[in-house]
Amino acid sequence: MSTQTAPALVLKSGPEAKAFLAEVDAMAATQVEACYQCGKCSGGCPLSYAMDYQPRQIMRLVQMGLREEALRSRTIWICATCYTCTARCPRDIDIAGVMDALRVKALRRGLRPAERNVGVFHQVFLDYVRCLGRSYELGLMLVYKLRTLRLTEDLLLGLKMFKRGKLAVRPEASRGRDEVLAIFREAAAGDAGAAAGGATGGTGAEAAGPAGGTRSGEAKGGGAR
Amino acid sequence: MTEEPLRYAYYPGCSLHSTAREYDLSMKVVARAAGVELLEIPDWNCCGASSAHVTDPFLGFALPGRVLALAEEMGLDVVAPCAACYGRLAAAREEAARHPDYVRRLEKATGRRLSGSSRVWNVLEWLSQERVSAAVREALKRPLEGLAVAPYYGCLLVRPPKVTRFDDPERPVTMDRILETIGAVPVDFAFKTECCGASLGISRTDLVSELSGRILAAAADAGAEAVAVACPLCQTNLDSRQEAAGLRQGRTFDLPVYYITQLVGLALGASARELGLGRHLVDAMSLLREKKLA
Repeated sequence: MSTQTAPALVLKSGPEAKAFLAEVDAMAATQVEACYQCGKCSGGCPLSYAMDYQPRQIMRLVQMGLREEALRSRTIWICATCYTCTARCPRDIDIAGVMDALRVKALRRGLRPAERNVGVFHQVFLDYVRCLGRSYELGLMLVYKLRTLRLTEDLLLGLKMFKRGKLAVRPEASRGRDEVLAIFREAAAGDAGAAAGGATGGTGAEAAGPAGGTRSGEAKGGGAR
Repeated sequence: MTEEPLRYAYYPGCSLHSTAREYDLSMKVVARAAGVELLEIPDWNCCGASSAHVTDPFLGFALPGRVLALAEEMGLDVVAPCAACYGRLAAAREEAARHPDYVRRLEKATGRRLSGSSRVWNVLEWLSQERVSAAVREALKRPLEGLAVAPYYGCLLVRPPKVTRFDDPERPVTMDRILETIGAVPVDFAFKTECCGASLGISRTDLVSELSGRILAAAADAGAEAVAVACPLCQTNLDSRQEAAGLRQGRTFDLPVYYITQLVGLALGASARELGLGRHLVDAMSLLREKKLA
């Protein structure tokens, strides 16, 4: 028997609810409407204990068109994409793929990730890849620490790793970095198109929202600001 | 008898040039001993890891997609030792078949062609194929007798099964068999494919300590003296968070976390130095000395 606190949520119905479901289905190439709430995903999720909504509940939010609750959840940023849910779903829903779709939609909306540090990590990681064509672990850790002001956390561990030669001091650039930059530009251009398309798609939901103050075309913008 | 040597496009990925250099070193030691040529993909780029696919679907496809295109130019299959890189490359190959528009955009941005002709191999598939495992068996110099090792597969070697199409997603055995081949004792345990927390290792260290602690506890309780992994993220989390994980579990762990290629290299007679065994945070040498294996 379900003991969910559904009354706190404002239920939507009709085209708006259906539009959100359809958008998520299309992005994740799956069918969230097939979920019958068995809970196998939540039972197997190693991180469900740290989530605000269980994976099963996220599926329900999407089915009911509760866009805000889904996109502002911590769950989508706690999910480590281990694919246990996807591998086990008896309805063959790509649940981890749905989490990806929700994260992408949240960033395109300019929403700041509910788990701010996770968002900052992804952004700093990608900033290095964009510049160098490769990631740079030492730089990633330093910039992440400055941006999140978590300066002392792991300081000792970092020193130990450094002493063992685990952190390369010099960044390594790929000679293919121009092509990598072109890939980033193409991604941003595509995002701008997707955001505009969403706005004319009837809901207006993917247009640059006022919430984060970021332009929707900047895929990586949501994480940091 | 002159057989064509096995030849692969080698994609080390970023970690194998930094935190996981011992994985790179031991991979090359094993390849040399097994007579396999690894040709590093020239000008390779980062696969984007988790950060790309959680940010933008095209970016998540195109970064590994470019690496696949480079391997195709070499006319070779790719071997990717890092489980996360492997997962991203294998996923990109699947997506290329489903998203002709993504392929078009990638080709436009990079001026390269992607047809999906190069297959992607993870390190366990690569090690367990007949020719490599036969060569290892033949060259065995120092079987790891009496060493009880928990084979930890983690997530991305076996999931999502539609992408990896490798072993059993719940109860894989490939690494168990490899450990048997080199004379070690694989320890069966319940957390073989549970997640270590992966890229949350920097942003939510508390979660990674908890998840890694559960895995280490299951391995220790099953009688393992060490853990074997095939992923730099798994290694870093289980190794560097071991102390914190012990605090959360109310116990002390002392489980060295080896890359599977380090153990194979050791059995093939390579030195601790060649295999980078001094680079671990949890002392990786004492146990081996105690067992007279190093």
